[in-house]
Amino acid sequence: MDGPFSIAIGLIASGDPALTGTIALSLKVTLTAVSIACLIGLPLGAGLALARFPGRGAIVVASNALMGLPPVVAGLLVYLLLSRSGPLGDLALLFTPTAMVIAQTILILPIVISLTRSVVEDLWSEYREQLRSLGAGRLRAVPTLLWDGRVSLVTGILAGFGRASAEVGAVLIVGGNIAGQTRTMTTAITLETSRGNLGLAVALGIILLLITLSLNAAAWGLAQSARGRLG
Amino acid sequence: MKVDKVIASATTILPLRLTGVGYSVGKTELLDGIDLTVNAGRRLVVMGPNGAGKSLLLRLCHGLIAPTSGSISWQAQDPRPAAQAMVLQRPVLLRRSVRANLDYPLALAGYARAARDEMVQKTLTRFGLIPLAERPARLLSGGEQQRLALARAWAMRPQVLFLDEPSAALDPSATRAIEDLICQFSAEGITIVMTSHDLFQARRLAQDVAFLHRGRLIEHGPAARFFDAPQTPEARDFLGGELIW
Repeated sequence: MDGPFSIAIGLIASGDPALTGTIALSLKVTLTAVSIACLIGLPLGAGLALARFPGRGAIVVASNALMGLPPVVAGLLVYLLLSRSGPLGDLALLFTPTAMVIAQTILILPIVISLTRSVVEDLWSEYREQLRSLGAGRLRAVPTLLWDGRVSLVTGILAGFGRASAEVGAVLIVGGNIAGQTRTMTTAITLETSRGNLGLAVALGIILLLITLSLNAAAWGLAQSARGRLG
Repeated sequence: MKVDKVIASATTILPLRLTGVGYSVGKTELLDGIDLTVNAGRRLVVMGPNGAGKSLLLRLCHGLIAPTSGSISWQAQDPRPAAQAMVLQRPVLLRRSVRANLDYPLALAGYARAARDEMVQKTLTRFGLIPLAERPARLLSGGEQQRLALARAWAMRPQVLFLDEPSAALDPSATRAIEDLICQFSAEGITIVMTSHDLFQARRLAQDVAFLHRGRLIEHGPAARFFDAPQTPEARDFLGGELIW
């Protein structure tokens, strides 16, 4: 009788189609969510760093607090929005990968906004007079500061990726864990473990760990080489 | 040195006139009642003890901050003409290559790609930065960074260049190189307004001196007169190396 680890290795080595399909969907959902969160969060965070308006403090606190938003709660919110009787029920998005992308975007967005705000705010205090002297106003400073803060920003975006790829609550609620359609690595691990199918669960666990590990290695390597190259 | 080669460009932004300029934070008056005219083609050194307001005066002239009283006006009616540049006391170089640092303000000024490439290349050559062009600016030595900061300011084709302690953190040979550049700028017709805490540097570079003491301009005139026959006891003490506050 084989143990779960040898079964897991066997599954990975044979490139089991159920396994690869689940991995591909997980990556697709999370990468899409990260991209959307960056598209919205980078300019928003930078704007929050440079602009001064009433209520700014409340937004900063809210986005910081939402970094710790429990994934199940995010999932529940999106579920309520997308369910048949919800305000967006007519779109029939519940239990689709799109719903999972929406839920994960909500999870990652506060991380990207808060991180961008803090990075850009620090840079702005250093760059402010110089940029003004060179002829850049606040608005024009935004892309400059985002680009000059790119190393710290990428590290933070990877943290967001890590959070999204590791969470199970949100995707389980809004995706429904349908085999071949909305089954991700984390939801599959939950299911296979409860069914006693430990080999597949362990295989997915190993892959998930490897992805997280290599992402962090990449982030670290990037930061190191950037320090050497950019000063 | 030939300094009377007045700027060839069609409109001159100088003289710059400060009338009753003051700057206060809360109730603290950091600068008060400054009347000063900056004429074209001269090298003006703003002197004075630490905290006298030298740096503040330059930043006001450059338009980085607005005075809380009085007025600053350029010959060109523009409140903040483009043909002026400043090298801050601690210049911030962008986290990019030397070339990209030179390109950045030119792009902001709206020059087209081809024109910028040519101007950047010319500037790199002029300042001996060709071998460093692709290097990250932040990894240059202190002297090289300051040379790049001066090059970046020069590339903007200023009629007047404000320099805040341009060699404060540099060793003697780098200081020498910076002073040579300042003299060359001056010979090209660029008006220089700089601060210096270094009496010897001021003697080497100044044609005119403005002496600040506790936020007030108490002497202003040709450098020779200031160094040989200072009019105020504060200036005499300062030149004599006395600590005055």
